[in-house]
Amino acid sequence: MPEPVELLRQGFEEFVRPHLEYMYTLSVRLTGRHTDAEDLVQDALLRAFRGFPGLRNLQHPRLWLTRIVTTAFYDRLRDTQGPDTVSVDEKFDLFDTIVEEDPFPYSDRVHLDFLELFDDVKVLEVLQRIHPSHRTALILAYVYGYKAREIAEITDAPLGTVLARLHRGRRQLERELWDYAVHNRLLTSPQEAHT
Amino acid sequence: MINCKEAVARLWSYLDRNLDRVEEEELEAHLGLCRHCCGELEFARQIRGLLRRTAGAVGIPAATRARLAAFLKELEGSDE
Repeated sequence: MPEPVELLRQGFEEFVRPHLEYMYTLSVRLTGRHTDAEDLVQDALLRAFRGFPGLRNLQHPRLWLTRIVTTAFYDRLRDTQGPDTVSVDEKFDLFDTIVEEDPFPYSDRVHLDFLELFDDVKVLEVLQRIHPSHRTALILAYVYGYKAREIAEITDAPLGTVLARLHRGRRQLERELWDYAVHNRLLTSPQEAHT
Repeated sequence: MINCKEAVARLWSYLDRNLDRVEEEELEAHLGLCRHCCGELEFARQIRGLLRRTAGAVGIPAATRARLAAFLKELEGSDE
């Protein structure tokens, strides 16, 4: 006769399989690389498998799996990343920079024109330039639509920490969008446009 | 009345509905008078839209899917 734990583990594959695509996509967004994402999903699956017998509430599998993937991601970073406090240029304002630099001199929708320079691949590349804990908060909030209190639960962090990470992440995002566009020559300089 | 710098710093939290009532009212009062910050608010919405647009699944490569499926089978048969 199967042990109770074995009985509980039966059905794990059935439980988790519908969410594999989600786990993989989240992992690609967090790590920025398909190879790292596969490793992360395997790590998360192992953790989920071990935790499955103790899972009492099966109503929110995505929230549970998101927490496991995110925790596994943080654990991987722990030894390689510096402190949570990276310097953020609080003075930089993307909205004003676009107006001042005027990269689309003949447009009356310069801000939309700027954002339209970024397809999904470029957005993913920009996100990878942001500090991992800030990037994680941004991805959970604005790609997946989690509320700040849910992100606090997922990342096991106080709400104030999550709000600070979101704030700093947004500041970095604006700066990195601009720097990416400049470095990759996505912008037409005013001089070029006028010649 | 809050200034533009304070208003801009609150815009994303406003869209996230993470401001308290007083902060929200101060911001809305400012937005009612400041065209520049209304532009910033619209731009904040557009950046959020840019991130949201990337939410689609990236697709698991066939070989990866096969490895993950095999890993799941292995887990269920393991003594972990």
